[in-house]
Amino acid sequence: MIRWLPRAWLMLIYGLLYVPIAVLVVFSFNDSRSGYTWGGLSLRWYETLFNNHAMVEAMWNSLWLALSAATVSTLIGGLTALALHRYRFRGKRVLNGMLFVVMMSPEIVLAISLLALFLLVGIQLGYVSLLLAHVTFCLPFVVITVMARLSGFDESLPEAARDLGASDFTMTRTVLIPVIMPALLAGWLLGFTLSLDDVVVSTFVSGPTYEILPLRIYSMVRVGLKPEVNALGTLLLVFSLVMLSLSQWILTRSKQ
Amino acid sequence: MRAGPMKQTLLSLSNLTKQFGGKTVLDSLDLDIYDGEFITLLGPSGCGKTTLLRLIAGFEQPDCGSISLSGVDLTGTPPEGRPLNTVFQHYALFPHMSVFDNVAYGLKMEKRPPDEIRDRVEEALAMVQLQDYARRKPQQLSGGQQQRVAIARAVVKRPRLLLLDEPLSALDYKLRRTMQVELKRLQRELGITFVFVTHDQEEALSMSDRVVVLKDGVVQQLGTPREVYERPANLFTARFVGETNFFPGNVDAVNDGDIIVDVFGLKRTLRKPDFELHPGQAVHVLLRPEDIRVLEPTDEQGLAGRIVERNYKGSTLDSVIHLDDGTEVLASEFFDEDDPAFDYRLGEPVRVSWVDGWEWLLPEESSNASVGSLTDDV
Repeated sequence: MIRWLPRAWLMLIYGLLYVPIAVLVVFSFNDSRSGYTWGGLSLRWYETLFNNHAMVEAMWNSLWLALSAATVSTLIGGLTALALHRYRFRGKRVLNGMLFVVMMSPEIVLAISLLALFLLVGIQLGYVSLLLAHVTFCLPFVVITVMARLSGFDESLPEAARDLGASDFTMTRTVLIPVIMPALLAGWLLGFTLSLDDVVVSTFVSGPTYEILPLRIYSMVRVGLKPEVNALGTLLLVFSLVMLSLSQWILTRSKQ
Repeated sequence: MRAGPMKQTLLSLSNLTKQFGGKTVLDSLDLDIYDGEFITLLGPSGCGKTTLLRLIAGFEQPDCGSISLSGVDLTGTPPEGRPLNTVFQHYALFPHMSVFDNVAYGLKMEKRPPDEIRDRVEEALAMVQLQDYARRKPQQLSGGQQQRVAIARAVVKRPRLLLLDEPLSALDYKLRRTMQVELKRLQRELGITFVFVTHDQEEALSMSDRVVVLKDGVVQQLGTPREVYERPANLFTARFVGETNFFPGNVDAVNDGDIIVDVFGLKRTLRKPDFELHPGQAVHVLLRPEDIRVLEPTDEQGLAGRIVERNYKGSTLDSVIHLDDGTEVLASEFFDEDDPAFDYRLGEPVRVSWVDGWEWLLPEESSNASVGSLTDDV
């Protein structure tokens, strides 16, 4: 009896994790209008989804925003991590701690303060305000991911490069950045996913000119769950699986 | 001892001082390194040997003092501007590059044409017998192979001086011996000056032309391995390099060429040492374990004692003897072909003596003994 217990427990846990996702995928192919009964196999919700221009536009907007937010925060965050790792300067510990404050503080606080700031400075709510906000909350995650990689970094590598005739800049370009590349990629992916599904901060700082997917879905489900949301969810799932496999592939390749 | 045709100074260190957080790591150190020699910096951890190497490489800047190579001052030059290369303790191979690219890195920095780079890298890899591994990544090589790549990468630029920071410490004993021989061969073939850092005194003695014994950032002794081993300048060097028996002695009489010293009541006539002596002065009589002779208990000469430990070492029999007053003596005797069963029982009474003239005298330690007075008289 004891023998099958661990296995059953494991199945229960994985069931809890995967059953909702499976239901979503299955019902995205459901021909029935109701979300609760099975009406046969169909691709009609995918068709509806792609005919919904507002939805498709929101999807592209979200992808573009996530892409740019992840890239900007990786650039800034990567450099921040390098600075925190390499140089000794006054206030380093405070700066380090401040990253965690941003990470730990409730999202709603960040959202309200960002909105207040944008209104004060006079930034129009739209793509720019969203980008700034998303970079802000992605940044600490990128910095911490890259710093973790740098802490295990062999300090004699940069010295070896300098010793062989590389200037500080050449060393950074040819040794330091390639070695921490997996961490930069991981940080970028983290930023990308965080940005893609953010609702709280985006609700506050988005404007009517730039609608993004999570908010669009949120407003759709408020008036009743439409089956095309299932189709959208399935597409997003496939997309994240592809991204995940891609990152794993890059990481294992760079390890060889 | 192999004496070079001429001893031309290649690297000159003068008055080098370095402190870390108020702790003096190097204390106004002066050292001239000759062109083409194999010089070893030897000392316990924290003696400043690695710091000295890092100052020469340019990874650290001295607080004061200067470093010059063939008369050109290098003190403020960044590492990439110095015509010398380093082999790091943990190899520091670039993990994202192949063996070929690792070795080619320095030449690419010099912007050499691709043909020349390929030829020279292949030559360097052939030199360390790794020509078939050019396409591998460093992680796919064993420790010894990684070490050889690191050496190839450092010598491919044909530096004037090669700095080696405990390069063999991560290898197992057998591989270390092989690499010692290999490094010596490379140094002879390339004619590059090697500055080698180690805490392993055996390695230092077997490989070097000269040894610098360092302690607390101060040179304790500078000399050939033979000088350092047979004629240690002070008690620290004597203790650190090899095993030594210290017998307390008391000068009975000072004659023209010899002196009479009382060791545990045993009066021996010894060669007169270089330092000043007067009757009644306390001295240390230093004897290496191989200088000790273990005699039959019935023997007239020597000091009475008992065997308390015996270790069979293959070619020698090492024993620990307690003299009657409790002093511990280490003895190392070669096996005698006439007596293959030669051995001791524990507790066996013996007498201890030594070969005349093999002892070395040091004055009772005055902590600021004139360091280096016994050295450099080759």
